[in-house]
Amino acid sequence: MDPTGRPEPPAANSSAPSADPERRRFLTRISIALSTFVAAVMGVPVVGFLVSPLIRKAPRVWRPVGSVDHFKVGETVNVSFEDASPLPWAGVTAHSAAWLRRDSATQFTAFSVHCTHLGCPVRWFGEAKLFLCPCHGGVYNADGSVAAGPPPHPLPQYPVQVRDGQVEILTSPIPIA
Amino acid sequence: MIKRFFAWLDDRSGLLTSARHALEHPVPPRTGWWYVFGSATLLAFVLQVVTGIALATAYVPSSGQAYDSLRFISEQALMGRFLRGMHYFGASAMVLLIGIHVSRTYLMAAYKFPRELNWLSGAVLLLLTLALAFTGQLLRWDQNAVWSVIVGAAQAGRMPIVGHDMARFILAGDTIGGATLSRFFAFHVFFIPALVFVLIGLHLALVLRHGISERPKVGEPVDPATYRAKYDALLRREGVPFWPDAAWRDVVFGACMVATVVLLAITVGPPELGRPPDPSILQADPRPDWYLLWYFAVLALAPVHLENVIIVLGPLLFGAILILLPIFNKGERSVRRRPWAGLLVVFIWTTIVSFWYAAQKADWSPDFAAKPLPASVVKSGDPTVVEGARLFHEKGCEFCHAIEGFGGERGPDLSQVASRMSPVQIEARITNGSPNMPAYAQSLKPEEVRTIAAFLATRR
Repeated sequence: MDPTGRPEPPAANSSAPSADPERRRFLTRISIALSTFVAAVMGVPVVGFLVSPLIRKAPRVWRPVGSVDHFKVGETVNVSFEDASPLPWAGVTAHSAAWLRRDSATQFTAFSVHCTHLGCPVRWFGEAKLFLCPCHGGVYNADGSVAAGPPPHPLPQYPVQVRDGQVEILTSPIPIA
Repeated sequence: MIKRFFAWLDDRSGLLTSARHALEHPVPPRTGWWYVFGSATLLAFVLQVVTGIALATAYVPSSGQAYDSLRFISEQALMGRFLRGMHYFGASAMVLLIGIHVSRTYLMAAYKFPRELNWLSGAVLLLLTLALAFTGQLLRWDQNAVWSVIVGAAQAGRMPIVGHDMARFILAGDTIGGATLSRFFAFHVFFIPALVFVLIGLHLALVLRHGISERPKVGEPVDPATYRAKYDALLRREGVPFWPDAAWRDVVFGACMVATVVLLAITVGPPELGRPPDPSILQADPRPDWYLLWYFAVLALAPVHLENVIIVLGPLLFGAILILLPIFNKGERSVRRRPWAGLLVVFIWTTIVSFWYAAQKADWSPDFAAKPLPASVVKSGDPTVVEGARLFHEKGCEFCHAIEGFGGERGPDLSQVASRMSPVQIEARITNGSPNMPAYAQSLKPEEVRTIAAFLATRR
């Protein structure tokens, strides 16, 4: 008797007319092959869909962050811009940010806001002329070089250009060490 | 009539007989309260499924709308705040209970023959529970959640060769965006729970197949050649039906656990939502929920040169130990004959609690909210000293250094710095920095350095 209380079913009759071993082997193989095919038909598109971010190459576009006159020479300010190709339902998550410094009348430098330690948002403190990370205490000098703490690399920089009086930043992936 | 209906149902489905078989299977006597944590973990999971389904009826898994739907659930929906609280404390209970259950199983060596697969299925359930806890925190989809995703991706990025792809897989692209949350939602409510259901089924089937392990006794080692016969003899001699002789403790403990979750959901409530999930708002201070906070501290306190080893090899080593442990499936089960096992469990829990406590203080983080030093601390009318105290705050020294309780704790307390360093040494330190302190030569003028040093020279 099995655990459900049902009497054990009778064993298959191995001498039944359909019990040709060759036929059984064939039926086993065809069943396994068809099952594999069905699993592949279901699985391949699912896996492909899930890993599509790895294959898809996101475009990089120039985003305006303000007119040149808006920024004072020597000042570092937080600017925000939209990602390269936001999905319609992304909402505020489509925003990105950078620390932008006007070095001279025509030169700008844009730093990533992501600490190179583990990606937390670094903050600029103008009086101390330092970028500080709130998570694990990473410190960067004004030029983005590591001043103290655990960050393994300097702060990455975004490409910046001035076009038609507008400062533009080239959208970039979140820097992953 | 009812009796006949159930007889028909049982004949066609076998469900009642199967349930009776499971409930009345014999278990060793005197198992006691140590054996309640597995069933309590299962009950916590059921609680998560029930409250999770209810929350999912109003939660919108869209990057742009999830935050607002959570505000609706928390502030307007009937019992919404309570349900969120239940779900949060239910998750906390599940993590805590599975941790205790694994520790108990290891301490009593219940992973030994013939229960190796019980252990392995339980080990995977432990990892899946942690995955559920992490993905659940992210579904809160406020500023903290968004930055936690980025921190998770950054950690994955440290993995050699596949790290970059893993990070992009987690982010669902190059940046946080519309696809990120949907992915975590699918994993949290479909994929991981489906695996958990399958593994719980396997785990319970194995418990029924091999029986609940008996309390270990000193001098009764596990010998695969004789264990089953001994165990069967024990059950024949002293075995009691699981229901109700052993199960009543599971019911009592489970009810207390649920009551505690309800009480906490009412009195403490769910975690408050932070700022909106806008990655361009940089006034953020991301922290994981309490059950992963200890790891946050590990990453802050680990020596920099060991960090990659910890991030990459730590989880691999942990997984390998869990999987390989049942290789040692013979011998003594009693912790009295395995004192190192007891010490290991104490060491692991002490380490986790210690790092957790350190993370509560997080004194490695600069104190951005440090207030200017009051006159009662400056204690001087000398204009240079007063100006030095002002600069000490303004130039950010106070973020990392405390004076008489004001300021951060990342660097040394400078309340009595003048008793160990001369003004010249102080100036040199400010100018040149030290291995864990920036050099201020570029950012401070020489007279500012001198003024700050003059103030610090009064700190004795």
